[in-house]
Amino acid sequence: MFEVVAEVKKDYIASLLEKGKRADDRGFDDYRPIVVEKGVSNRAEGSSLVKIGKTQVLVGVKLAIGEPFPDMPNSGVLTTNAELIPLASPSFEKGPPDEDTIEIARVVDRGIRESQCIDLDKLCLIPGEKVWIIFVDIHVLDYDGNLFDASALGAITALLDSYMPKVEEDKIIYGEKTSEKLPIVHKPVETTFAKINKSTVLDPSLDEELVMDARLTVATDENGIICAMQKGGSGTFTQEEILDIIKRGASKGNELRKFLE
Amino acid sequence: MKVGEPEKFIVKGKRLDGRKLDELREIKIEAGVLKRADGSAYVEWGGNKVMAACYGPREVHPRHLARSDKAILRCTYNMAPFSVNDRKRPGPDRRSREISKVTREALEPVVFTNLFPRTAIDVFIEVLQANAGTRCTGIAAASVALADAGIPMRDLVPACAAGKVGGEIVLDMFDVEDNFGEADLPVAIIPRKKEITLLQMDGNFTQEEFEKALKLAVEGCMKVYELQKEALRRKYGGA
Repeated sequence: MFEVVAEVKKDYIASLLEKGKRADDRGFDDYRPIVVEKGVSNRAEGSSLVKIGKTQVLVGVKLAIGEPFPDMPNSGVLTTNAELIPLASPSFEKGPPDEDTIEIARVVDRGIRESQCIDLDKLCLIPGEKVWIIFVDIHVLDYDGNLFDASALGAITALLDSYMPKVEEDKIIYGEKTSEKLPIVHKPVETTFAKINKSTVLDPSLDEELVMDARLTVATDENGIICAMQKGGSGTFTQEEILDIIKRGASKGNELRKFLE
Repeated sequence: MKVGEPEKFIVKGKRLDGRKLDELREIKIEAGVLKRADGSAYVEWGGNKVMAACYGPREVHPRHLARSDKAILRCTYNMAPFSVNDRKRPGPDRRSREISKVTREALEPVVFTNLFPRTAIDVFIEVLQANAGTRCTGIAAASVALADAGIPMRDLVPACAAGKVGGEIVLDMFDVEDNFGEADLPVAIIPRKKEITLLQMDGNFTQEEFEKALKLAVEGCMKVYELQKEALRRKYGGA
């Protein structure tokens, strides 16, 4: 994923930020308009479509029955995967996942896993032998910046939307859903800030991502507990900037969680 | 509860391996351990054994990756199959690809890549024996290897993790603490500017706990920094 960006564009964005403005007229802590839909694919056990500005991410949850990990014999298994398909951007290429794709999948996975948002112990069928496997698949449809927040919001929405399929003699009957939902006990969301020169702004647009020095993603749950973080990009943060971002991120996270109701 | 979880992590203010809460494991750093590499370093950090090599600046292959305005920095983090209890399948997996990426992003801010346009600087990090904290050990080794190769840098990059174990904020977890602890926060810094170049976190922290852990990790980094400088002085002399 590599896009050329004009120096004048960087100068323009940076000089606006110095005056406290953004190129699209947002405040530093404003998201672009957010739209969250659920139940968008009825073959999936749960699904969602999240739009943040022009960025669009589709997330589907599929359930299967499989073996647990040996060190957690009584727990279900969570698997998160992302695909940045060439449909979504001229800079995305087909083929095996590149490091940006892997990073998005792993950071979304950490937010869900470390917040213990799914009660995995309730997903055991036969201890040590059969448990539910949850596949969260992130499908990026249109890349206009900030895939982390869109993917994480899509993932938790799709998990909350998921119904357990019917099971007969340890076989899943995929067409028939039960009224039982996945055991979701927390609602983690992720908020991402971009650092451009000395300013830090929420929800970077594509242009802002192309010129940013670094970014910081913070995952928080509904109690304000920080459950995952990831710095990206070749720039640096000061300690003060990081402490400032986690405060702003926690309060913005509450705003995002309203879309889960 | 996971299999093998200890009942208590901290007994009378001491951790299970006898360390205090803010104490690092024993760290040994040696610069220039490989003949063919342009620069290299070997780090033993508690039960971790990590070798790093630096090649370059050299021609870029494949050529379309070359940048006309600067050198590209490429980092590869790899674990030996025998470095962990359950044999690691050889080759890159998702975890090591992510670590390679964050390692590059941790080192890039200090390297004067603009001095070597159209070239590549390659860093290879090999984990020979793992015991929690391999990415920090790898970054510490890699930055000494870069210096040993004579790559112009603004500073060395030390790294160290802090975390939460048994409800307490601790420095530099070893494997049992890492497996069953509540939070892990690996950090790398540019010591002269006290700026952060690597920051990842998983587990659960309140804002207060995070602040305390970040401060502790940065202090740990400063201690690692002294050991990195000592290693270079041992090889090259000077005050």
